[in-house]
Amino acid sequence: MRGQVIVDQERCKECSLCITACPHDVLRISAAINSKGYHPVEAYQPENCTGCTFCATICPDVALTIMRKRPERK
Amino acid sequence: MRVVFEKPEAMTDSPMHYCPGCTHGVIHRLVAEAIDSLGIREQTIGVASVGCSVFAYDYFNVDMQQAAHGRAPAVATGIKRVLPDKMVFTYQGDGDLASIGMGEIVHAAARGENITVIFVNNAIYGMTSGQMAPTTLVGQKTATSPRGRSAAETGYPIRMCELLATLDGPSYLARVSSHDTKHIIQAGRAIKKAFEMQQQNKGFAMVEVLSTCSVNWGMTPAKSMEWLAENMIPYYPLGVYKDITAEEGK
Repeated sequence: MRGQVIVDQERCKECSLCITACPHDVLRISAAINSKGYHPVEAYQPENCTGCTFCATICPDVALTIMRKRPERK
Repeated sequence: MRVVFEKPEAMTDSPMHYCPGCTHGVIHRLVAEAIDSLGIREQTIGVASVGCSVFAYDYFNVDMQQAAHGRAPAVATGIKRVLPDKMVFTYQGDGDLASIGMGEIVHAAARGENITVIFVNNAIYGMTSGQMAPTTLVGQKTATSPRGRSAAETGYPIRMCELLATLDGPSYLARVSSHDTKHIIQAGRAIKKAFEMQQQNKGFAMVEVLSTCSVNWGMTPAKSMEWLAENMIPYYPLGVYKDITAEEGK
């Protein structure tokens, strides 16, 4: 797991653009419901995440925060 | 772990009212990132338009002013001339800028007014529920052209970048798209460049961002991204239409 996606569940509007943008199949629509009535996305395969930020770049609601592991210094 | 992507400081915490998948949110973020990266958040004044982006003042964490329909470049002209050390930008849709505001934008560009214009072109009137706009493609179905826009009846869509590129006033005119990650990153660079032009007092700069309106186009957000790439980009070619700094460099 090189990267991590943090979803702001209240900002997500279930447009699924992040799911189509993710090259590593990390995200899916969850069963949870937020206060607007949308099913926010969740990271169901977090171990695949590389922290590439594709999902966050396309997210129209700035609902995603991306963390990435620092490369180990030799 | 370190944070490599988060909400820019120039955006507020309030959730946006836009429909799911609306690229307005992406373009808001790109503008906010440009403001953050140039460190001009305290000096920036935005002018919001009428249309879906009418509530932009709630989402940008900078001073904002709301203009009458189409008059954002005129209001921005006034603000910039009274406060020339502030960074002034307008955020307008195609119904606002290319229809009712055509006079204001053309004259602001002709005067070479030192402002930055972010023009969001989604080929339809979004807020009023999907009527034909001046940028609606020939054959495109909207609420007021249910059989598709007819060129014989309503003419042809307007290409704003090409139109303004004939004037001597503008310093930077570019058309970018927001339909995939690669193009969004390019759009971010163009928006930052448009702010830099204002910082260097080069004059009028406009970035036209092709955008989607999945609800009024009647498609899913993912499908509307494909529709944009297949239908809008051939009619509205992407690229830089004017850049006086590139000409100076020659």
